[in-house]
Formats: sequence, structure tokens, C-alpha cells
Amino acid sequence: MTYHRPSTLPRAALVLFVLAIALASVITSPASPARAQEPTPSDDQVNAVAKQLYCPVCENVPLDVCPTQACAQWRQTIREKLTAGWSEQEIKNFFVEQYGARVLAAPPARGLSLLVYLLPPLAFVVGAYIVYRAVRTWRRAARPVASPPVAEDDYTRRIEEELRRRD
Amino acid sequence: MSDTPAPPPPAPRARNFGRLLLWGGLAALLALVGFGLYRTQAGPVSSGPAPDFTLTTFDGETIRLADLKGQVVVVNFWASWCKPCEEEAATLEAGWQKYRDQGVSFLGVDYVDTEPEARAYLERFGITYPNGPDLGTRISQALRIRGVPETYFVDRQGTIVRVKIGPIEMSELQSILDPLVKP
Amino acid sequence: MLANLGFAILVISLLVSIYGIAAALYGARSRREAWVLSARQAMLLIWPLVTLSALCLVTLLVTNHFEVEFVYSVTSRSMPGYLKATALWGGQAGSLLFWSWLMAAFASAAGLRRWDRDREFLPWVIVVVLVTLAFFLSLIILFENPFARLWAAPAGETVKAMFAPRGAVLVTPGDGQGLNPLLRHPGMIIHPPMLYLGFVSFVIPYAFGMAALITRRTDDRWIRVTRRWTLVAWLFLSMGLVLGGRWAYDVLGWGGYWGWDPVEIAAFMPWLTGTAFLHSVMIQEKRGMLKHWNMLLVILTYCLVIFGTFLTRSGVLSSVHAFAQSAIGPAFFGFIGLSFAASLALLLSRWNDLRGENQLTSLLSRESLFLLNNLLFVSILVACFWGVIFPLISELFTGQKVTVGPPFYERTTGPMFAGLLLLMGIAPLSAWGRTAGRLLGRLIAWPLAASLLVPLGLALSGTHNPAALLGFWLAAFVTLVTLYEFWRGALARRRINKEALPVALWNLAGRNRRRYGGYIIHLGVVLMAIGIIGSEFFQQETQGTLAEGQQITLGKYVMTYDSLAEFNAPDDRVVARAVTTVYRDGQKVAELYPRRDFYYITQQPMTIPGVYSSLEGDFYVLLVGWEPIGSSGATFKIYLNPLINFLWGGSLVFVLGTLVAAWPDRERTRAAARVPAGALVPQVK
Repeated sequence: MTYHRPSTLPRAALVLFVLAIALASVITSPASPARAQEPTPSDDQVNAVAKQLYCPVCENVPLDVCPTQACAQWRQTIREKLTAGWSEQEIKNFFVEQYGARVLAAPPARGLSLLVYLLPPLAFVVGAYIVYRAVRTWRRAARPVASPPVAEDDYTRRIEEELRRRD
Repeated sequence: MSDTPAPPPPAPRARNFGRLLLWGGLAALLALVGFGLYRTQAGPVSSGPAPDFTLTTFDGETIRLADLKGQVVVVNFWASWCKPCEEEAATLEAGWQKYRDQGVSFLGVDYVDTEPEARAYLERFGITYPNGPDLGTRISQALRIRGVPETYFVDRQGTIVRVKIGPIEMSELQSILDPLVKP
Repeated sequence: MLANLGFAILVISLLVSIYGIAAALYGARSRREAWVLSARQAMLLIWPLVTLSALCLVTLLVTNHFEVEFVYSVTSRSMPGYLKATALWGGQAGSLLFWSWLMAAFASAAGLRRWDRDREFLPWVIVVVLVTLAFFLSLIILFENPFARLWAAPAGETVKAMFAPRGAVLVTPGDGQGLNPLLRHPGMIIHPPMLYLGFVSFVIPYAFGMAALITRRTDDRWIRVTRRWTLVAWLFLSMGLVLGGRWAYDVLGWGGYWGWDPVEIAAFMPWLTGTAFLHSVMIQEKRGMLKHWNMLLVILTYCLVIFGTFLTRSGVLSSVHAFAQSAIGPAFFGFIGLSFAASLALLLSRWNDLRGENQLTSLLSRESLFLLNNLLFVSILVACFWGVIFPLISELFTGQKVTVGPPFYERTTGPMFAGLLLLMGIAPLSAWGRTAGRLLGRLIAWPLAASLLVPLGLALSGTHNPAALLGFWLAAFVTLVTLYEFWRGALARRRINKEALPVALWNLAGRNRRRYGGYIIHLGVVLMAIGIIGSEFFQQETQGTLAEGQQITLGKYVMTYDSLAEFNAPDDRVVARAVTTVYRDGQKVAELYPRRDFYYITQQPMTIPGVYSSLEGDFYVLLVGWEPIGSSGATFKIYLNPLINFLWGGSLVFVLGTLVAAWPDRERTRAAARVPAGALVPQVK
């Protein structure tokens, strides 16, 4: 019987894959378009800011699509602030100060809210590690086995079919 | 498929730790959800000492609820975009005029509103008692209001004695305040 | 009278369920089969009973019995008959009854299957199914009774109760409030039934899983038995989600189909574990491995179904979808605590019985990739779950309410979905057991390289978003691999059986329904992924106020505002309807009628878009505001949603694939009878 040394290539590939996913989830961020300040901000400019905010009253409704009168007032506020030359970030800060952190679409990565962003990639890496350890344990316990030919797939399939017929 | 030995069982310590983690996780989840449910079912804060807060009025004054101890305080939540609030605006102003000399303070808390519209509302109904925005919705969250209009009555010792959900009428306002202002 | 009858039948159904649970338990413990069979009879009896009760309620709805509070709250005289009937699931109480009806139907189906094998599972399946059903029935009877009526108490206020309070008189309002206008759309009619079907049908695989744990029959028998159940349940849940998205797109008026709203996510989470389960069971069937995973996944699916139902109905989460807050919250909470704890305890006590039979021998074997698949799905689940409960955590520890919205979910789950797409391309090429990494590498190399042409071409023609390019590359990769699998199989058949290529393809799919049905589903998923990438990354929008005759431009489309009319529609609404003409590259392509309905009884507005659909995308117009008749401005909001029709089209391919995969193998048993024992089955590869 031949004993195959586990090739390092698959292992390296999997580790890279796991790291890539964890890293990607931390790094990627949605692009936000830069907005030029004009004397009379267009509806589109107002909506671009409103899109990133949530209606303070109606739950989980973005400010640009909310049809209520209150939301129309808030969009008007955005328009006024844009006219006065405020930047997008300044407007968002103003809304947070006035209405609380829940008007933002995602909590700022500060304090307890940092946990929001850290936990999922962490969970993935921890999960990957657990899985890896389990696989390692199994492989160490495995007796060396003659490697069947690649045609094992056909053999397995025939077995499956016989089994299925007996079901 | 050859017969291969079963993998060795994980060390007992590791397994117990795993079990502890799972049960702990479930307990934490249930506690959290239970808390959420309690908050949903609890409704507005309707008894006990009133949570302290600071209100900065539209005129620039700063008022702290704790400083008003000794007075009966009527805290009314409203907004310019709230149609039912308009029904009680006149009543509240009239109540203020009637009871201000009897040691009653009226505070208007403007809930998630915009300043120009709020000022216009106050002017429209001729409201003279102090009003200010609920910055960061801290006050409304502390009292767990469900919507507007809501009115909270705090007695001279700083305890919440009544909560009125919805627009209030003069008769009800009087029936609540009269026993409270009696010396 | 009908109300009393309906309520009485429900109470009887509950009593019968309790009997069934007790009889099954007793029969199992004392090994007396007669009791178990009696429990089965009881289970079969419940569906006809609940059907009668539901019919009572539907009759009350359709015949305008407004003294019944539920009828008053969801119907009105002006609603058409079919809408009154479907208002059954338009409110909390009625939808709970509908849920119970579906659960009872599946309970009967489970009871009616051939039980000559697997007898030891029967009592436990009955117990699990009936406990779930009994819970929902008791919720209806005790907390949300659709048959409760309105009474005028002597003090003057109106009371809602089943039986007359002392001295009270029945109140019969003249007209009802009418169904929430958002729910009057065909999409809304079919979305809850489909979703509930998905939820309810996952109870059956869970019941079998629990039975397997209890009876220690942890081989793959329970999986083989529930294979089709799981597939069908998964199909219903998937379609429920897609239909929900379609409804949001057509009627909610915000240009999108998925907002990462907590209630949407609550329905999405069981789908994640259900999909992982669907794949992972193949490994247990073929190699006897991943048993722990499979049990864990089916338990998670059931628990998430219950949890999701709780979140939606208890008011714990703030959401546009949520039902009004009600008293069922605490009861649900209790049931969640009990069922989660019981499932966990059972799983842990039988943990060692679930030891696998075989070992992984290569990190890139098919088993290993399926394990990675499970990991990815569970990680996405963790991200979603965390995002849903974090606002509660924040409120508990900092007193500050926060919103966890799309930026979080997209950033966190995006890479993992990309990983899943990648796996969809690699796994079909992998082999069982030992795979030389080099062999797999060679097999993947050419489709990976060939599919690179797609992002390259897109980048050259102006698309620069890296995430979108990656997505399109993966989509092309999976398509190539999947089509190659069909090609390879059909060629082999042609070589062996001398069949023509189309016949070969047909027989290929026919003989290996599960595998090739699965591949068709994958192709459907790829199409949906293309639709999602296009509409999420490349959506354009604009808003403007136009006078009559003026134009607005977005992309290569130009829209002219022609006119606006306001009129009353028969079912209690005022309609403001704009007429617009759309041109693309100078050519007229459509006339659209975006409108705003205002329902005056409930004071609710509805914005219905005018949409021009093509393969390239949707030109989606909303009437956002207008000046009163006589003056000239109307405000329009326009979205350009590229490739979105791939999403809906892909879902049709998805359904087709599932039908292929789930189609019963009648011919196989006939063929088996003809083939002499020991003969080889023709090679299909």
C-alpha cells in the first residue's frame, strides 16, 4: 500500500480562501459618490444623502422613499443644509445628534457597535479553525488506504443505484 | 468503502467546555429576547420615579426635570407633523394658564421634528410654556413612549402618576391635576 | 352561530392533538403499537376538523359578518369576493389559523405515508408534529381568536370576546375597515401561503430527525425518507422569499426588492440552514459522514422557523412588516425556550451516536468542499442573526437604539455569497475521497480561465466595479462548469447507448434527476445572481419635477410627462394617475402609468410604479407628488434597474430544476423489475 503525503497545495489554497473571505468582509466598503455643492441642490442630491439615513419615526424605512409628511420635512432640512454648504458627513452628524444613532443605516464602528462588524468575520475564522481541526483529527486517525482509481465515481454511482432500487 | 477506525473522541474537557458554551449561548439568547419582549410588552413608563432629563428649549433655556421637584410637572410629547397633537394644543395652553400659579409646570417635548415647523406650530397655537426638541430621542426613549401625543404627569415628589396616550381633553386634564395640586 | 361552530371545532382539534401526543408517548414507552396507531388516527383527524373551522371563518369573511372582530378588521363591503376570502391571512388571528391548517395538512400527509418500514419513528414524528400544531392551536384559542365578536358592554365601551360578557349586547358594525391596501395585490395573496408552506413543511424533516435521535437510528434512513419533503419544503420557502421580493418591487414603491428588513431576514435564515441541509445530507447518504452537521442543521432550521415566526408576530423587532403587537409574545417565548432546550439536550445526549462512518482523506475532496459549504452558509446565518439581534443588545447595554441595515449585511455576507458561488463551480468537478489537488486544479483551470473573458470584456467596455466584476466572473465560471457537466454526461451516454444528443440529455436528467435537477437549480441561481449583481451595483436613480410636456433623462432613456388624471375608484380609493411616454435612444418604447392610490378609510397611500421591462433592465417610474389639478407640476422618481429580470427569470429556472430533482422515479421500479439480479446498470457517465 502506498501512503500519500498530504499535498500542501490544497491546504494552502483553503487557508487562503478562508483568509480572503474574512479579509474581504472587513475591507470592502460601498462607494459613496462625491457630491458637488450647488446653490440649489437637486432632488437627486437630496436623495443621495437621504438614502443613507433612515426615517426616525417609521421603522426601517430609508429616508428617501418614506412618503410621510415628517419625512418630507426632513428631506427639506437636508435640502436647506446642502444649500448652506454642509457636507454629507456634517448633515449625517446633525441627524444623529437630533434624532439618535438609529437614523444611520449601520451603527458607527465605535464602542459597543464595533462588535457588530467584528463578530461575523471572527465567527467565520473560528468556524473554519474548528472545521480544520476536526478534519485534521480524522485524517490522523485514518489508516492508510489504497487510493481507488478516479473511476470510483462510476462504481459509487452503480452502488447508489442498486441501493436506490432497493428503497 | 473500507472499514476504518472511528476518530478518537475529543478530550472530555473540550467536550464539556463545548456543552457549556452551547447552553450558555442559548441562555444568553433567551435572556436577550426575553428582555426585548419585556420592553415591548411593558409599554410607557407609567409609575415610579420619573427619569431625570435635560431639555434645551427653542428659546435657549435649559431645564432639568430634577430641578422642578416640588412642582407638579406635565410633560407632553408632540410633533408638528402629528395631526392628533393639534387637537390638544389649545387645551394644554389653557391648562398652563390655569394652573401655572398653583405650582404646576408644563414642559413640551418636541419628538423627532424639524425646528422651523416646530416653531410655526408653537406660534400657530400660541403656546407659551417651555418647549424644546428631544435631542437624540433620549427623553422619549427614557420614558418609552410609543408615539405622539402622549402626556406624562409627575407629582411634587418626582413620581410619575399618570400617563395619557392620545390627545387630552380639558375635563380629563383637570381631573388629573386637581388632586395633584391640592396642598 | 358559525363563529361558535368554528371556535368549538378548534377546541376539539386541540383536544384531539393532545390526545394524539399522549397516546403516541404512551404507546412508544410501553411498546404497545395499538396506541401509536390510535395516535396516528388522531393526527389524521385533525386536518378535516381544522378545514371545517377555516371554512367557517372564510364564510364569515365573505358574507360580511362584521360583528366578528376579525372580519371587521380585514374586510369591507366594497372589497371583491376573492379578496375577502384571501383576507384570511390578512391579519394575525386569521393567519395563525391558516398556518395551523397548513401544518395539519402536512401532519396528515406524514401520517398517510407508507409506514411499513421505520415503524419506530412513527410515535416520535407524531409527537413532534402534534406538539407544534397544538401550540399554534392554543395560541389561537387563548390569545388570538379569529371568531371573537364585538360586544357593547353595559358601561358603554366595546369589548372583543368570544362569549358575551355579562349584560353585553352584540355589536354589528355597518362596514368593515377593509384590508390594508398593501395586501390587496396578487403578489401579496400568494406570498404568505407560499412562505407558510415552506415553514410548515420543514417541520416534517425535523420531526424525523428528532425521531432518529430518540430511537438512536442515526444512520441515513431518516434522511432518505425525508429527501423529497426537504426538497419540496425548500422550494416553497425559496419561492415564498422570491414572491415577497417581487411584491415589494411591484407595490411598495421604493424601486427595490430586498431591504434587509429584520422580518425579511427572519424568513431568510431558515432558508440558509435549509439549503445547507439539502446539500449536506448528500454526504451522509453517500459516505455516512457529516451526521452531526445534518442533525444540527435540521434542528436549526426548525428553531429558526419558530423564532422567525415569533419575531414577526410579537412586535419585538421594529419593522414595516411586523404584525401589530399582541399577547402571543410571551407564549411564543415559552415555546421557543422549551423547543430549543429540548432539541439541544437531545442532540447533546446522542452526540456520540452520530459519529461518522468514513474519513475525509483529502482537503479538496467533495466531502471537504461540502463541509466548507456548510461553514459558509452557517457563517452567513451568524452574520444575519447577529445583525437582527444586535439592536436589542445595544438597547440593553447602552440604552441606545441602533439600526443595523443594508451596509452591514452587504459588506458581511457579500464575500461569503461569492465564496458559495465559487464552490458551486468547483464542487461538481471534485471527486469523493482522495482527490489529487493537482487533478482538481487541472479540471478547474480551463473553465476558470475561460470565464475570465467575461469580466475582462466588461471591464474593457466600461464596467469597473471590482465586486461586480468578480461576481460576473464567478457566474460565468459556474455556468461553464455546469454546462460542461451536462455535456460530459450526454456525450458519455451517446457513446454508450448511441443516442442522439438531445435524447441523451433528456435521459441523462431523467436517470439522475437529483444531480441534474440540482445543476438546473444552480443555473437558476446563477441567473438570479446576475440579476442581483446588476440591480444592486448598477442601479441608477433620479428625481425631478416636471410640467406637462417636459422631459427627464436617465441613462439612455428619456421620459415625457404627458398628463395626470384624478378619479375615484370603486373600492374606497382616490387615484391620481399620470401618463408618461418613455423613449430609448430616441425611439418610443412604452407608455407608463405610474399612480398614487389613496385609501380614505384607512388613510393609507400606495404608490404603484409604471415599469418598462426588458432583458437589459427595468425603467421604473414612481409618481411621488403632484400639484392639484389645474396647475402643472408632477414629481417623478425614476429607477433604472439593470438586469433585474434575470432575477425573476432565474427563479423560474430554479422552480424547473426543483421539479426535475423532486420528480418521483416511477419508471425506476419498473426497470428494476426487468433487470435480472446482478446485471450491471448501464453506465451513465
